[in-house]
Amino acid sequence: MVRNSSTASEILAVRPSRRGFLIGGGAVGLAGLLAACGLGGGGEQGAAGSGKGDIRALFMKQAGYSEENINEMVSAFQKATPEIKVSADFVSYEALHDKIVAAAPAGTYDVVLIDVIWPAEFGSKNVVADVTNRWPASWEQQMLGGAVATPQYDGKFYGVPWILDTKYLFYNSAHLQKAGVDAAQLDTWDGVLDAARALKSGGVVEYPLIWSWQQAEALICDYAQLLGAFGGSFLDDSGQPAFQQEGGVQALEFMRQTIVDGLSNPTSTQSLEEDVRRVFSSGQASLALNWTYMYGLANDPAESQVPGDVQVLQTPSGPSGRPGVNGSMALAVAAGSQNQDAAWKFVEYVTSQQVQEKYALSSLPVWESSYDDPAVVKTNPAVVPQAKKQLGDLILRPQVESYNAMSQALQAEIQLALLGDKTPQQALDDAASKASSLLES
Amino acid sequence: MIGIHVAAVVMALVVLAPFAWLLISSVSPSAELLSPHPHWWPENPTLERYKAIFRSAPGEADVAANFRQAMVNSFIVATLTTLVSLVVGALGGYAFARLKFRFRRTSLFTFLAIYMLPPIALVIPLYLALANLDLLDTKTGLVITYCSIVTPFCLWTMSNYYLSLPADLEEAARVDGCTRLGALVRVILPLARPGLLTTGMFGFLLAWDEFLYSLIFTSTTQSKTIPVAIAEFTGKYSSDFGLIAAGGVLATVPPLVLALLFQRYIVGGLTSGAVKG
Amino acid sequence: MAGSGGGKGEGRFALLLLLPAAVVVFGVVLYPVVRTFVVSLYDITSPMPGSYPFVGLDNYVKVFQDSAFYTVLGHTMYFTLVSTFLELTLGIAVALLLNAPLKARWLWRSIVVLPWALPTIVNGALWRWIYNGQYGALNGLLDTVGISDTPVQWLGTPFLALNMVIVADVWKNTSIVVFFILAGLQTIPDDLYEAARIDGASAWRGFWRITMPLLAPAIAVVLILRTIEAFKVFDIIYVMTGGGPASGTQTVAFYTYLQAFSNQLFGYGAALAYLIVLAVFALAMAYLRLLRQGQMAGVE
Repeated sequence: MVRNSSTASEILAVRPSRRGFLIGGGAVGLAGLLAACGLGGGGEQGAAGSGKGDIRALFMKQAGYSEENINEMVSAFQKATPEIKVSADFVSYEALHDKIVAAAPAGTYDVVLIDVIWPAEFGSKNVVADVTNRWPASWEQQMLGGAVATPQYDGKFYGVPWILDTKYLFYNSAHLQKAGVDAAQLDTWDGVLDAARALKSGGVVEYPLIWSWQQAEALICDYAQLLGAFGGSFLDDSGQPAFQQEGGVQALEFMRQTIVDGLSNPTSTQSLEEDVRRVFSSGQASLALNWTYMYGLANDPAESQVPGDVQVLQTPSGPSGRPGVNGSMALAVAAGSQNQDAAWKFVEYVTSQQVQEKYALSSLPVWESSYDDPAVVKTNPAVVPQAKKQLGDLILRPQVESYNAMSQALQAEIQLALLGDKTPQQALDDAASKASSLLES
Repeated sequence: MIGIHVAAVVMALVVLAPFAWLLISSVSPSAELLSPHPHWWPENPTLERYKAIFRSAPGEADVAANFRQAMVNSFIVATLTTLVSLVVGALGGYAFARLKFRFRRTSLFTFLAIYMLPPIALVIPLYLALANLDLLDTKTGLVITYCSIVTPFCLWTMSNYYLSLPADLEEAARVDGCTRLGALVRVILPLARPGLLTTGMFGFLLAWDEFLYSLIFTSTTQSKTIPVAIAEFTGKYSSDFGLIAAGGVLATVPPLVLALLFQRYIVGGLTSGAVKG
Repeated sequence: MAGSGGGKGEGRFALLLLLPAAVVVFGVVLYPVVRTFVVSLYDITSPMPGSYPFVGLDNYVKVFQDSAFYTVLGHTMYFTLVSTFLELTLGIAVALLLNAPLKARWLWRSIVVLPWALPTIVNGALWRWIYNGQYGALNGLLDTVGISDTPVQWLGTPFLALNMVIVADVWKNTSIVVFFILAGLQTIPDDLYEAARIDGASAWRGFWRITMPLLAPAIAVVLILRTIEAFKVFDIIYVMTGGGPASGTQTVAFYTYLQAFSNQLFGYGAALAYLIVLAVFALAMAYLRLLRQGQMAGVE
């Protein structure tokens, strides 16, 4: 008894003395001062290099080109250019940004795949190299407009577009038939709403629409597309937030109303693109916005319960047109790379028209003339004609240095409006005031 | 008597139900997983996902083969981490529990404070350090990193464990002519076996479970660990919950086997030892 | 000059025993820990080398002026207090149950180990799947047993989502508490209970007067561990909700991740990280003090 309680109280008596804290704190402070001299000395500045040797490239595991595709491209490149040896790493999309950031000061990678929303951030923070001088002027004419805009920030190029994508409207043709809805009416968002009402009242599905409205970038992608359709814009000409004005508010009101009317699946606010695909593929939704990849998977009997019923259309038009969200990606040369010439040669090769056309089935080329090539059209006859129409008309998310923080603020406020905790106007006003303070700093 | 068995059954149901659902999901075809009303038992159970994980050859660019390699990596990393941390933790913990020295509390709490730091804060400087040492994307790099997390854990649990052992035992050993170190190694450590095993078991899981460091520090199959491999199943455009479930079921096996192997010693050892009063 | 003497020899022996641990831990973290502290004094907005303004304690001041910080701190405190409270209560209850004369005790103990062995990443994905408002097992179960056939959006509203994440966390992490308490229970001599029984103490009183005070050390150990882990919670949020809906499940660690990584505000993120340590420390100290008082009251 005595022993036990004494051991017990001894453990509980373990607590730091004030003196101990002060001494410990002093030691950390001293070490901090010493280390301050070395601040910033940890990283390396990039160099052009010899145009030969080893380079390391960072790709992602999903979407667009598969790991096999990329490995084939790498070996073909090495055959043609034996003096450069490429090793390719693959990570999930979610890890891509953080990996690029963590690896930047160490100069681990020479080539990195970047999303369309990152050139401003990575360019201004010196994470990826400015390759404007390497860009042939002819590319600007030969590539689709949305592609050219992808790696651009502040008049400079921070990479070469490689994966081109936007969101299309997918519909379940069997559902539409059951509800007696003509697919032609899906040409406008008003028509989509009418169709959704008919599908709901006809008892075809309980919630005809499903969206990727989880608090994530996916939400901003859907919002961007609607924002464009309602004639809004993220920023005005002076670079100030403008989404809290007419078109932006109407877009959010539209989104909220589809939830209130029971047309949108209530799980939308917790869904990412893959959740959209799942719900749509299981036949529990009739209409959905999603990236190109859903067409193949939703028509695959192994993955879907509605194979053969899935059709794809250009995004519906609103009062002000029908821009698709620019969801492209580009290959960039890392600013910390010691071998930037070799890295550029590799980027040039994999983004070339010939290589892109060869793998058109995985990802559509950035080159305009490819869309008239029968061999390319044949790879995906349903999607290519829609893509040709859509890819010329894309809406960019703001190309600003603090985009991520701005997007986070917008995501949170849009969700508050979708949940009915704020009016769309109030939510967007609040997001705009946060965005302005971010843009100032 | 009946009461406690009823309670045990209720507890078992609460614990097992989610796990059972994981198991069922792993053998349900995708189509059934997406049914609006859950199929509590799959109509067409499939072992395809498990086969895919075991069949394909290593080095191939498919998720399942990477998964197998990741299991091996995780096992090696977690085992080495546990061994190192347990040894240094068992020695250091003894000092905290039994010896009087200056800054005892301060140093114990400094170790604990390290454990309190969120990994996010340390990722970038650690990445640089590992890059300079050429240890990025290696199992060694992960072991070194994980030891810095698991060791404070071991120190804390072991020092508290020693306090529950009677102090007169080592005094007796000292009287018998043992040196301090001799008393620790020959008398105390064998007695502390249950504490060592419990600490080791939970230390193993800390390393087995770690996600963020591994996500950032590894990039090829030679060092990617299980949590990272499973996270890659849930990627932007390709996620089949069944595959995650199958991965999860398999990832549970090694720690579970360890726990079952050592369980007898962990709890039983305490009762049969010289501990009881 | 037996063991209890202290003095130089003892100090030197302690140093010898602690040296390996110090090398293993500080050899790795000293540079990052110091560097992160230095970073917290600068306005560093890029991982790349460059010259950044020294701002002293400005980043720390900014944290306290940041309204979002108080929100995420609130979520974190709620998550930590509720999850550790539930884990502890359930853990002690289950440990007492497993310590009782059950048939096939090994079987019950093995069952309790299961959730612990499931990686957090998978645990998060599993519960996200169970809670799914469209085809989740929880709604399916409520429907099957006839309680409700209107699907609930478990992760659809901020506060409910936070609580559902806590449930997932408690399901997994109660088992570590069970095992620590179970080990603690073994050190309580049976004769204590017998003595109490002779005194005519009821089981409930015996539990509070004998078991709980003697379990205090084991509770302290595991409470501190769980508090630290809960305060740092990141992985399960990352997998289950991504901080949503409407930021309702954003915790301090997740917020730090967003600031330091997504937004590349490294100085600010570093300041946040150090404040997390201070907060956990304060919480841990408060617990230890409470337990010590509770234990004194119990023993006397």
